[in-house]
Amino acid sequence: MPSRNGSEPTPDRTIIELIGVNKWFGDFHVLRDINLKVGRGEKVVICGPSGSGKSTLIRCVNRLEEHQEGRIVVDGMQLDADLRKIEEVRRRVGMVFQQFNLFPHLSVLENLTLGPVLAARIPQATATARAHELLHRVRIGDQAAKYPGQLSGGQQQRVAIARALMMQPKVMLFDEPTSALDPEMINEVLDVMTELADEGMTMMVVTHEMGFARRVADLMVFMDDGEIVEAARPDSFFARPTNERTRTFLSQVLTH
Amino acid sequence: MGTPPVSMAVPTASPRRPPPLRERGIVRWLRNNLFNNLHATILTLLCLAGLGMVLPPILRWALFDAVWMSTEGEECRSALGACWAVVAEKYRLILFGTFPYQEHWRGWLVILIVVGLAIVSQFRRLWSWRLFLAWVVAMAAVLVLMLGGVLGLRRTGTHEWGGLPLTLLLFVGTVVGGLPLAVLLALGRRSRLPIIQALSIGMIEIVRGIPLLAVLFIASVMFPLFVPEQLTIDKVLRAQIGMIVFFAAYAAEVVRGGLQAIPRGQYEAADAIGLSYWQTTRRIVLPQALRIVIPALMNDVIRAFKNTTFVSIIGLFDVLGATKAALEDPRWIRFAPEAYLSVFALYFVFCLSMSKYSEGVERTLRKGRNF
Repeated sequence: MPSRNGSEPTPDRTIIELIGVNKWFGDFHVLRDINLKVGRGEKVVICGPSGSGKSTLIRCVNRLEEHQEGRIVVDGMQLDADLRKIEEVRRRVGMVFQQFNLFPHLSVLENLTLGPVLAARIPQATATARAHELLHRVRIGDQAAKYPGQLSGGQQQRVAIARALMMQPKVMLFDEPTSALDPEMINEVLDVMTELADEGMTMMVVTHEMGFARRVADLMVFMDDGEIVEAARPDSFFARPTNERTRTFLSQVLTH
Repeated sequence: MGTPPVSMAVPTASPRRPPPLRERGIVRWLRNNLFNNLHATILTLLCLAGLGMVLPPILRWALFDAVWMSTEGEECRSALGACWAVVAEKYRLILFGTFPYQEHWRGWLVILIVVGLAIVSQFRRLWSWRLFLAWVVAMAAVLVLMLGGVLGLRRTGTHEWGGLPLTLLLFVGTVVGGLPLAVLLALGRRSRLPIIQALSIGMIEIVRGIPLLAVLFIASVMFPLFVPEQLTIDKVLRAQIGMIVFFAAYAAEVVRGGLQAIPRGQYEAADAIGLSYWQTTRRIVLPQALRIVIPALMNDVIRAFKNTTFVSIIGLFDVLGATKAALEDPRWIRFAPEAYLSVFALYFVFCLSMSKYSEGVERTLRKGRNF
């Protein structure tokens, strides 16, 4: 597929590419020389201790955070200050947050249809039909008229996933999607994510759910202190981590 | 292995039942609020005794010994109680000020339209673009009624306006013009564009730093000195603009408080689904922010209603000013307290309705949403 915007032509099979990305919060170097590539249809799981920069990294991909050095190319478009390009990238990239970030004053249905109707100018009827279909897919088809505050955490996060899917994104970013959930609700969200992975969605997931990671990941990335410490396929990553820091981290998250 | 633990629990064996009698209904209310302990009981009894002493003379003055009708005020002079006849005698002047006597029906109609629509607007079921349209049409009708000069109505200039219609008009104009300006100023103050931010801060701080009296004085007396003669703007309009700006400067800070209460995640979620700044502001941020600040905003709205009394210093006769003018009649001047009490009651009814209205809006907006 030829690149659309005339910027850097990306090899066909790559959809996200980060090249030499550096970012600072004030004087603090949060991302150090990040090089990472995500192939179309592939799943990359990023893990690491809190404060390691993994959330910042994933938020750079749809420009919720601005990077200061290096290049980020998403679906053939290089991210820079151009607002229209950013909005276009955001239409192609869906995001799910740790705190769900649903709009509390809108019903579940309105949460889903608002973006497509306003940002993508899709007719209301089409958007409503798509919303019902997606809600059904994440198994909350009967909750469309409720408000987010009336749903459980697990249900809210599934609404958030459906909302992100409404724009028919090419990539889904998950920023610790189960960290704010009570234990009994984690699986209902992970099941939906696993289904999505099986359907071939490209995914970048920041999570501590190692069982999920083992099942779906094509690549495991371990970050610590703003750098990528280790990256490997899940079988070797879990069986034979090479770095001492990775081993320590895995022993901490896998003991229970 | 030592002693067995003493901790234990017994499974429940009784069904659900209502609370005991002393925890129900009026008995419970009296016990919890008036007689819940010795101090409260003593205080309650003292208050009852105090009311018993104060209430009878007040009732005697205001009701039993009061004079309700008297065309010349003779009966009032010999009576022991209040002279409400002053209201019956002067109410036209109080309600309409300097508006021509034969045209008072237009004033009545204006009051009826504004109060009627306000009451209709209470019902959430009726909130729609039709109601909005009704307000627009009603305001046009009100202006026609007040100004005249068309449809065979006698022309009545703004210098003849007065009384309750003037009060209501200034108030509605202040809120309708001031709220959007307040929202814009609040957004501007949080803008990332330095010039817009500086302008907003400057306007808010300068206007907040000046008393309303001074704003009105500038608008009516000083403003004409600086602009060419041909450009004279109507006095009521100038006062109106001054009041709008004054209202907006205060309300802007209230709205800003609401904007700050919106979590960053809401902006990020809106960004992530590709909404623009104005789409995010209009559909995500403002609905939540304004809901949060309804009580504080209502404070400003009620104050705006009472602030309309300030226009009397620039020679406009609102209800209070008209009352003062009405009492210049030497036959009635000694019954000023009765006249003022009646006008205060009028203000109180309006302000109480507004605060009840905002409570109702809060309730309907909260219903079912649980946030």
